[in-house]
Amino acid sequence: MDATNVKNLDLSGMAVAMKGITKRFPSVIANDNIDFFVKKGEIHALVGENGAGKSTLMNQLYGLYTPDEGEIYINGERFIFKGPRDAIDAGIGMVHQHFMLVDNQTVSENVVLGSEPRRGPFNLFIDSGKSRKSVLELSKKYGLSVDVDAMIEDIPVGMQQRVEILKILYRGANILIFDEPTAVLTPQETGELFKILRVLKENGKTIIFITHKLNEVMAITDRVTVMRLGKVTGQVDTKDTNPRQLANMMVGREVLLRVEKEARKPGKTLLEVKNLHVKDNRKLDTVKNVSFSVREGEILGIAGVAGNGQTELIEAITGLRKAESGSITLMGKDLTNKSALDIRESGLTHIPEDRLKRGLISQYPVYYNLILGKHNDKPFASEGFIDMKEVKKFARYIVDTFDVRPKDIEILGGNLSGGNQQKVVVGRELSTIPIEPKVVAISQPTRGLDIGAIEFIHKTILNMRAKGIGILLVSMELDEIFSLSDRILVFYEGKIMGEVLPDEVNREEIGLMMAGHSKAEVVKERG
Amino acid sequence: MDRSKIYALLVPIVSVIIALLIASIVIIIIGKNPLTAYRIMLEGAFGGAEQLANTIIKMTPLILTGLAVGFGFRAGVFNIGAEGQMTIGALMGAIVAMNIGGVPSVIAIPLSIIVGMLAGAFWASIAGFLKAFTGAHEVISTIMLNWIAANFASFMVTGPLAVGSGTPKSPEIAEAAKLPVVLKVQATELSIGIFIAVIVAVVMYVFIEKTTTGYELKGVGFNPYAAEYGGISIRKSIIMTMAISGALAGMAGIVDLLGVPPHRFVGELTGGRGFDGITIALIGRNNPIGIIFAALLIAALRTGSNAMQIRAQIPNDIVSIIQGIVIFLVAAERIVTTLIYLKGRKGVTTA
Repeated sequence: MDATNVKNLDLSGMAVAMKGITKRFPSVIANDNIDFFVKKGEIHALVGENGAGKSTLMNQLYGLYTPDEGEIYINGERFIFKGPRDAIDAGIGMVHQHFMLVDNQTVSENVVLGSEPRRGPFNLFIDSGKSRKSVLELSKKYGLSVDVDAMIEDIPVGMQQRVEILKILYRGANILIFDEPTAVLTPQETGELFKILRVLKENGKTIIFITHKLNEVMAITDRVTVMRLGKVTGQVDTKDTNPRQLANMMVGREVLLRVEKEARKPGKTLLEVKNLHVKDNRKLDTVKNVSFSVREGEILGIAGVAGNGQTELIEAITGLRKAESGSITLMGKDLTNKSALDIRESGLTHIPEDRLKRGLISQYPVYYNLILGKHNDKPFASEGFIDMKEVKKFARYIVDTFDVRPKDIEILGGNLSGGNQQKVVVGRELSTIPIEPKVVAISQPTRGLDIGAIEFIHKTILNMRAKGIGILLVSMELDEIFSLSDRILVFYEGKIMGEVLPDEVNREEIGLMMAGHSKAEVVKERG
Repeated sequence: MDRSKIYALLVPIVSVIIALLIASIVIIIIGKNPLTAYRIMLEGAFGGAEQLANTIIKMTPLILTGLAVGFGFRAGVFNIGAEGQMTIGALMGAIVAMNIGGVPSVIAIPLSIIVGMLAGAFWASIAGFLKAFTGAHEVISTIMLNWIAANFASFMVTGPLAVGSGTPKSPEIAEAAKLPVVLKVQATELSIGIFIAVIVAVVMYVFIEKTTTGYELKGVGFNPYAAEYGGISIRKSIIMTMAISGALAGMAGIVDLLGVPPHRFVGELTGGRGFDGITIALIGRNNPIGIIFAALLIAALRTGSNAMQIRAQIPNDIVSIIQGIVIFLVAAERIVTTLIYLKGRKGVTTA
């Protein structure tokens, strides 16, 4: 869509028209003269890398930020939003990536929260019967199956998301923004979500779908807007494009969507886990009798929906959580319930799933973050003092090797972008100073990263494999598990549902195993 | 120097200026001239050798309690019990100092100080152990320990240690345990206590910024999960932080007792100076060097206010107002950074 078209555009056919939007932050122009148009009744994808300005743009549409320049039209009428309340009144609703639900209230209570139907003198009481009824009606109309009387904490993630959708429909939204809605879903749940999106579309709703998964863009959307570095780099009809072209528009160069993996024969067994039992924070059994091994130069992938015991498994192996029973050995050495420090110094390092919670100290500069866990070892420490010269030399080396940007070792960890934070963690855990890692436990290595960074991290993991390091890879991204793993274990409710080879099964079959079907059942079904 | 460091300096300074401005309105309301009041206050704090000595004497224990609280903050522990640790440190140190006659000063003084520090460390460690092993919040447990310390001390000076009549007090400490005096102006004796406090501040700076233990303790303060992941024991860190913090508070008590007449343990020895440590740590941004200057500020306000009360008949409660506003502004630092930011921007547009 070129500039002249923009001026003469018929705004009345547009559910959303954002014209010439510019939003500046102290150090960056987050949105630079953005034109963004969504037709009524379409499913419109908004794609781009992290930091491309998607969230900033949507936050302005949702009234969280006011644009510095530019105009916003909803159904042809100009609006100036002073806050989300104004946007909601204009018929805009947003399903956030992190659900905003009250865990110990029921589904219907959550849906009506803040706009409860009332009864009695002075409207003092909440009319729970009426709210239950209207939630049921809504859920029937849009095919959003939910258990209205269940507590949020007792229902699966997919249903929680449907509650979020009901919440915004209840408030009368006609334009629905979905912020990376599939990040937390299994393939089956994603399929269900797509069905719901189609029903919403048939009912005349307009949908904006923020994502970085290009196969989803191709599967469900009508049109796509691509953003890069605060600018729109393209707006195309989905049927006229392909994932490769979209990826190039997002990154601005050719990218490998799938990493090349050389065939490799795994060597001797490095890590051996036998009959491991682990409890979670609520003292419930979360890892149940799990046994597996990781060999030299092998990537063992663990697939599963988040919250099925993977976190606790990795924490037990890396010394951050107690193993109730069972054993963990590394090259014959018993590591069961050893301290995190002992385990690290035995050659088992850990790239944690949550880099901001575990992996980094945001208030520490990069050079301090790069020695976390190594800070008592030579050459970084001597006689109880930190050898700042050695620390900074090491930091500059890692920042160069792993291409951390900006190339500034003094910058605080919390001020780096997600991708660069991850590079700091990966660089630290893979560096051979002071000792060479033998096995690396990697959790969610690319969560929240953009395509360019994902490509880099995947290449790095494969390089480690080529060097003979054993890798235990936990990921919620099936694509990642498929393209990197030599073998795959599927986790469900703390148990291994089966071990499969990546070329032996397809996504749907793994999806079934992730939902609790055994490998035998899945194979039988295939007939 | 980057922006955060400039703000770290500017925020306390601007806060003090704003506080003085607001207090001057109050002074005008009570019918006095604020300029005269502040001039007298300055003279009272710095106007001569005696005034200066008084300010420095007041400042000495404040540096140490400020360091105690500030160090705790850096390592993620809110030690609100410096008051009680100071009491216990002074009490135990005093018992040693009273009974150490006939020993040379080079032994008597360090021994008394070390016992005072150990007692403070022990007292604070109780809260440390409770936090590390049962999760009891240190704010609650240290406040309770403050009460126990205060009542225990008052029992000691009215019972086992009591001498003479009038105000409850302990016997005077041995001559050998008194800190050497470097300056004597009329009745005011300035001891070497100030040098001890400043040296301790420098040592704490090096400890926090340059050692691996400092790296670990700060790491736990910033993000305990990441510290645990990095192989640092959270429990050990919490207990160690509490012990060091308590040792500094205990030192504040015993150094004050050894350095300042009457050289006796008296019931209200601490006089809220343990709590002042919180103020000073806040103003000094938990930085040991910043804490020296924050302690100087508070001490100068205190000595200056006495002069103001005597010579200008302005109630020294004004100082409490000033101190309150400074804490308020430093704690709610966004108010001040916004003011600085607006002022900077206005300067740019009018230039």
